[in-house]
Amino acid sequence: MIPEIGHFALVLAMCLAIAQAIFPLIGTLNNTPSWAGLARPLAWGQAFFLTIAFAALTYAFQVDDFSVRYVASNSNTLLPNIYKISAVWGAHEGSLLLWAFFLGIWGAAIAILSKSLTQEVVSRVLAVMGMINTGFLAFMLFTSNPFERLFQIPAEGRDLNPLLQDIGLALHPPTLYLGYVGFSVAFGFAIAALIGGRLDASWARWSRPWTTAAWVWLTLGITIGSWWAYYELGWGGWWFWDPVENASFMPWIAGTALMHSLAVTEKRGAFRSWTLMLAILAFSLCLLGTFLVRSGVLTSVHAFASDPARGIFILIFLLVVIGGSLALYAWRAPTIFSGGRFNLVSRESFLLGNNLLLTVFCFLVLFGTLAPLVYDALEWGKISVGFPWFNKMFLMVTPFLAVLIGFGPLMRWKQTDPAWLMKKLRVAMIISVIIGLIAFIPSISKGSLLVPLGMFLMAWIITSHITAIIDRLKHKQGISHLFADMAGKGRSYYGMMLAHMGVAMFILGAAMVSHHGVEQDLRMSPGESAEIGAYRFRFDGVIGAPGPNYTANQGKFTIFLDDAQVAVLEPQKRTYLAQGRPMTEAAIDWGFTRDLYVSLGEPLGGGDWSMRLYYKPFVRWIWIGGLAMALGGIICISDRRYRTKKQKSPQLAQTDAANTLATENS
Amino acid sequence: MKPRQKRIVFAVIAVIAIGVAAKLIIASIDKGSSYFYSPMKVLAGEAPKDQVFRIGGLVKVGSMKRIGKTLTVEFIITDDQSAEVTTHYTGILPDLFKEGQGVVAKGRLGDDGIFNAEEVLAKHDEKYLAPEVKDALEEAHNEATNKNETANKKEYAQ
Repeated sequence: MIPEIGHFALVLAMCLAIAQAIFPLIGTLNNTPSWAGLARPLAWGQAFFLTIAFAALTYAFQVDDFSVRYVASNSNTLLPNIYKISAVWGAHEGSLLLWAFFLGIWGAAIAILSKSLTQEVVSRVLAVMGMINTGFLAFMLFTSNPFERLFQIPAEGRDLNPLLQDIGLALHPPTLYLGYVGFSVAFGFAIAALIGGRLDASWARWSRPWTTAAWVWLTLGITIGSWWAYYELGWGGWWFWDPVENASFMPWIAGTALMHSLAVTEKRGAFRSWTLMLAILAFSLCLLGTFLVRSGVLTSVHAFASDPARGIFILIFLLVVIGGSLALYAWRAPTIFSGGRFNLVSRESFLLGNNLLLTVFCFLVLFGTLAPLVYDALEWGKISVGFPWFNKMFLMVTPFLAVLIGFGPLMRWKQTDPAWLMKKLRVAMIISVIIGLIAFIPSISKGSLLVPLGMFLMAWIITSHITAIIDRLKHKQGISHLFADMAGKGRSYYGMMLAHMGVAMFILGAAMVSHHGVEQDLRMSPGESAEIGAYRFRFDGVIGAPGPNYTANQGKFTIFLDDAQVAVLEPQKRTYLAQGRPMTEAAIDWGFTRDLYVSLGEPLGGGDWSMRLYYKPFVRWIWIGGLAMALGGIICISDRRYRTKKQKSPQLAQTDAANTLATENS
Repeated sequence: MKPRQKRIVFAVIAVIAIGVAAKLIIASIDKGSSYFYSPMKVLAGEAPKDQVFRIGGLVKVGSMKRIGKTLTVEFIITDDQSAEVTTHYTGILPDLFKEGQGVVAKGRLGDDGIFNAEEVLAKHDEKYLAPEVKDALEEAHNEATNKNETANKKEYAQ
């Protein structure tokens, strides 16, 4: 009964989504307030029914209702309860339901938090989101219904893919999807602006926190995904340039560009059509990501068995969304003028540089990801673009970005005196160059130019940002004012600082672990030791260990540094009972300066095992950097100026009026 | 220069720059990527001798063995018909590597005809078969059935 309620709720949600796509939009176009006013109640209703559907599927998992095909294929009575929750989005149908559910939640969030927006804008944004959810719900109901029943009810479920029975993967898809879906809000705002032909500072101020929120979720999702791949896949790598990883990374790059471009649009009224373009691009890349993951067109370590019919549906949906929005853009964007002149040395032009670099990088990743498809279609052969190519492209573009980051915070709008700028940044530059030079010492650089480059960029970002903070506080009441400034008006400024520091932390981690890490695949007998870096790993043998829904062989390693015991690690090789699937569970002793990592291979007879021993210096900083970026974003969103109600301060109202005027005049 | 001329010069420079960049990227992608060959094509000598490429098929049942006390494993990649390529890999195999299952390996072909894999690609799902492998198996299967049919026809003719 419960699954039918869930199914019915999905159908109702789709009806509401169709209504939400049509009536509010028409209402704003022919001035029918009663129709336009439907947007909020419809968004509420949609979120309500999607919540019911989601709850119904979760319930079916909790009570082991194997009459539901999706539950039978992805759960088992022995599955621990926590994973019975995460199993809801463990496979295709459920993850689509999660997508639609989140879209409903974002819609409801807009309905609640949009008190300061005009009815016209709210109606149009929600109408666009209604259109998107119509597509997703139709996709789900026609090709991948999670509530489909089985008529021969199996006594036991097939169990969740063991790789997914992990806290990292319980969290990774929801955070990533919140990001993907969140960009639909930025997209909705962009389409609403294109329809209305009006794009002013207040528009930018409305869409900024929403865009940042989506970006924060995406950042968290990618960070958790990278961390999960590191410890769960047993390879110890943190990024593989796999098509599916790229699929989440491309919207992130576009979203990063969008956030920076929106800043210019809000403060200076410039880059307007560019901002719209980026909003369309970011969301299109989110859809493309879903297509790549769900269609199985690309060979990927993330590829699961999939159904081509589904791929075609998403592809058509993708073409409609991208084609439609680009057509609208071509038609309407010329009516939106960009105002605000600026000099070559100004914050605008540096943010333009940031945007160009990010866009170029985004297209490089896109090209590398899709190249196998293009080559196959042109019958040039079946290729896979390797890890080294992406790394090369990454290193060609991102160092310039890191250099620009350092200048950013000190830059003034409109124009900055280059001599003043150089004087300000002289100390920061000298310190970072010295640090870069120190890193040329062979024991630090390990013969690679990239370590000194990384250390220089890291130092440059940190020192230039400290310089910027000191400069800012000099104009206030000195350093003692720091905390008051953080708590008060400067909140989004410090959010940006933290996010940029996150980039520095990431550079530190990536540069160190790539060049100082030690990885060894070995064959070891019990009692034998191996030297990995400065550490000695002693293999103490393997014993059997039971688990709730698996049996395991558990190895024991004692690790010494200069004869002092550092850690005891117990990696496992599990066999999951339901499908007889093997799974490697790595054991890690983590620290801020290094991780020690052990994973078991296979038994080689006589108590010998093959195994993987890693020393990973500073690898945590990659994810700490990601978390810092996300936290910076959250601090930015919490800035008070995004919560100003309709009664604006007179000064803001004036700038708004001036901007609107500028739009009309230009 | 007039603004119009300036714009034209700017556009020309932009077009040239984009063209050069595109050429460089395509050239680098050709260098940085590996092509896929089925066991049949490898045996026919179509695969490059001096370049990394990928091969895929099924791991032949009963073909997997360890070489001495090392981490090197030997197994045969087959298209389930007649073509078989002996493969060596040193290191730890992914969890889902099993005899009779699909596999994609990346590496070089030695002069002795043994494929030295640098990487054996992992997959997340038992049901998943890489599209290239699927195609290779189907192609081999079709060819084999065609041969049988022609052989049958010949028999009839005789």
